[in-house]
Amino acid sequence: MPERVALTGNDSAAYAMKQLNPDVVAAFPITPQTELMHKFASYVADGVVDTEFVRVESEHSAMSAVVGASLAGARACTATCSAGLALMWEILYVASSCRCPLMMPVVNRALSAPINIHCDHSDSMGARDSGWIQLYSENCQEAYDNAIQAYRVAEHEDVRLPTMVPLDGFILSHTLEGLEVNDDEAVQEFVGDYEPEDSLLNVDDPHTFGMFALPNYYMEYKKQQVDAMEAAMDVVQEVGKEYGEMTGRSYSLVEDYKCDDADVIIVGLGSTMGTAKQAADDLREEGIKAGVLKIRCYRPFPSERINEVLEGAEVVGVMDRAVSFGLGGPLFHEIRSSQWGQTTPLVNFIYGLGGRDLSLNRVKDIFGSLVEAAESDDYEPTVRYVDVRE
Amino acid sequence: MAEKKLLSKQEMIEGGVAEGGTMSKLYTGSWRTYVPLTDFDTCTHCMLCWIFCPDVAIKVKDGKKLGTNLQYCKGCGICATECPVDAIEMKLDSEATDEEKAREDVRED
Repeated sequence: MPERVALTGNDSAAYAMKQLNPDVVAAFPITPQTELMHKFASYVADGVVDTEFVRVESEHSAMSAVVGASLAGARACTATCSAGLALMWEILYVASSCRCPLMMPVVNRALSAPINIHCDHSDSMGARDSGWIQLYSENCQEAYDNAIQAYRVAEHEDVRLPTMVPLDGFILSHTLEGLEVNDDEAVQEFVGDYEPEDSLLNVDDPHTFGMFALPNYYMEYKKQQVDAMEAAMDVVQEVGKEYGEMTGRSYSLVEDYKCDDADVIIVGLGSTMGTAKQAADDLREEGIKAGVLKIRCYRPFPSERINEVLEGAEVVGVMDRAVSFGLGGPLFHEIRSSQWGQTTPLVNFIYGLGGRDLSLNRVKDIFGSLVEAAESDDYEPTVRYVDVRE
Repeated sequence: MAEKKLLSKQEMIEGGVAEGGTMSKLYTGSWRTYVPLTDFDTCTHCMLCWIFCPDVAIKVKDGKKLGTNLQYCKGCGICATECPVDAIEMKLDSEATDEEKAREDVRED
């Protein structure tokens, strides 16, 4: 029977990992991910899981170790954030291009400098082109649910790509929340056994892994990855639906909240979308038709679905908790690109860098400024920085 | 030489995986500048060269070193550096005689 428990975001991801019982976990501590691995390491020490836990000397090594384990045929996992993810950089690409179906919670944290341990999305946003699937979480329940679904997506025969599960540092990772967890057996049954087609330890059918490919072959390997990412679009939805049949909590590429008749829609990722939903509810009581579009699956990017939801809105605000210096928000620019040929005005709000709080009232202000922009038909400036002293 | 047909995206195993033993088809001996020449009067058959050779090019039978597979030996000189009795001389390949190379060269196929 599913059970109602109180867990932090870190503990919920660790709990999912306990139930998934990976063959190999390699990790290096970094705030705010540290407690996640503390918790998981205690499951290892207590003999609750069968996992081989590898304590490595850096995140570069953590990712290298799990890539090696995955190629050897193991179901492998790690977790990190911020500078740790940045240090994994080189091997993130190796993992995706060697088609290692890893799962990795990323506890979003700002990048230095100035050094800052709080939440923004500059770490996982920077990894958006690394060939990893990204499933963002709004709350601790979703962090748990996404971690479980991640292996099903990653290991699907049409996909075979690593999957990142970003969850907001501190806002989720250190916040206690009531959530429902599945039975261990139900999770085991849902993910099944991992049986890779080829593996290093299959000596009866030897293969060469991580080989060299010159210009006459490299592009075909990259196109295979592109195709796999495209296939993931359907698989994310199928797995999310099947997970819903088991738990009553279905998942898709995006979640549209009160968007059907909305005049003004806010789009974004992660925990802020919870605040935005409350703001939309409150504003609807005041007669403003507000809606929220939460992007759960950021890679592959669900352009088609986004356009369907945004169609009919008078104005759309895109919330970015990261900045691409010299351009604006990454999510904004991808949505604007998806919207080619559409006429809905889009405004970008860059907020919450380094963990700056975005209150419920501030989100209502943002909705209000969108309504104002639509009324006056003036959308300048297109990229706005929320709560910056200047 | 007939042009080799390249595999299509669909024909290739995904993820940079290929059949086993692909390096056996790559004759790295053509990269060589220096050739190892073993003095078998000095060699004690300690097998350190066999352990250290990164290309598995040292050929051994019944506990005795037979020589080096020059089809694969890149001439890196690790064997000569590691040899505890200095039995291996690295000589410019262009200066080594055909006889010297023939004595060293042991191939399985």
